[in-house]
Amino acid sequence: MSSVWVVVAFVGAATVIFKSAGPVLLGGRDLPSRVRGVVALLAPALLAALVVTQAVGGDKQLVFDARLLGLAGAALAIRLRAPILLVVVLAAALTAAARAL
Amino acid sequence: METRLRDGARRSVPIGIAVIAFGVSFGVLARTAGMGVWAPIVMSATTFAGSAQFAAVSILHTGGSVAAAIAAASLLNARYVPISISVARLFHGPLLGRAFRSQLIVDESWAVSVRPEGGFDLRLLLGAGLLLYPCWVAGTAVGVVGGGLLGDPRRLGLDAAFPALFLALLAPQVRGRRPLVAAALGGAIALALVPLAPPGVPIVVASIACLVGWTRP
Repeated sequence: MSSVWVVVAFVGAATVIFKSAGPVLLGGRDLPSRVRGVVALLAPALLAALVVTQAVGGDKQLVFDARLLGLAGAALAIRLRAPILLVVVLAAALTAAARAL
Repeated sequence: METRLRDGARRSVPIGIAVIAFGVSFGVLARTAGMGVWAPIVMSATTFAGSAQFAAVSILHTGGSVAAAIAAASLLNARYVPISISVARLFHGPLLGRAFRSQLIVDESWAVSVRPEGGFDLRLLLGAGLLLYPCWVAGTAVGVVGGGLLGDPRRLGLDAAFPALFLALLAPQVRGRRPLVAAALGGAIALALVPLAPPGVPIVVASIACLVGWTRP
């Protein structure tokens, strides 16, 4: 087996295990209320981390580029209660425009 | 109002377009890196997580070791442990079925399933996953076979679509004080760790911000 397929197999297997960890080990079970309180806050904590890493994340460095302009436009659109479609398209359009200039 | 799989799919159409574009660019990169035709497509079908696949292929392309490629991609995808725990209670039924359906969890399908009032909607998650999965795999196949027809998706600003989506889904979440604290802390941890830790680690560590939920309200 070539090294490429070794990577495909191992990364695939690891990802399958990671994605199924919660649903397989805890699926359908009711957790104690305190644990539920903690798990409920995984959403805002992880979403915020995803915003940060996708907006300014680079390879072991912070990269401030045209994505930030797109994100600022998105924030304004969210503030004005624009639908998600518009928010996403606006972010891409602003970023593309800034890069084209 | 009861949601359907279709609602999840409809909500993720704009992000599906970005996913196709990045699938194409992954296919092009993988082909350039000498992965052949089938390995990239099989990888997209089995791993179904863009950032980890890009990381693994980039490392192979630049002459990195197999171990380094596996380690980097696994670290990146370790975030799916806390992500899958967050939606675990929605998954019912036989173990194998739960494991199978959980493979539709990907950052974007998970984010789309977040309810503004808190909690998650499984049908939105699965509907979004069912739309995004073929987008990603087909995009990869087009990239592998067709090459650089599309050009760099960043030229079209598509890389900014992802943080915008996550921000739009975060905004209604942070009305209360504790979700706001968890989000601020999670974002701050990620920001502090991006320059220090390998990609992927900042998100995993940021998940500990949820511990502010331990104290009684």
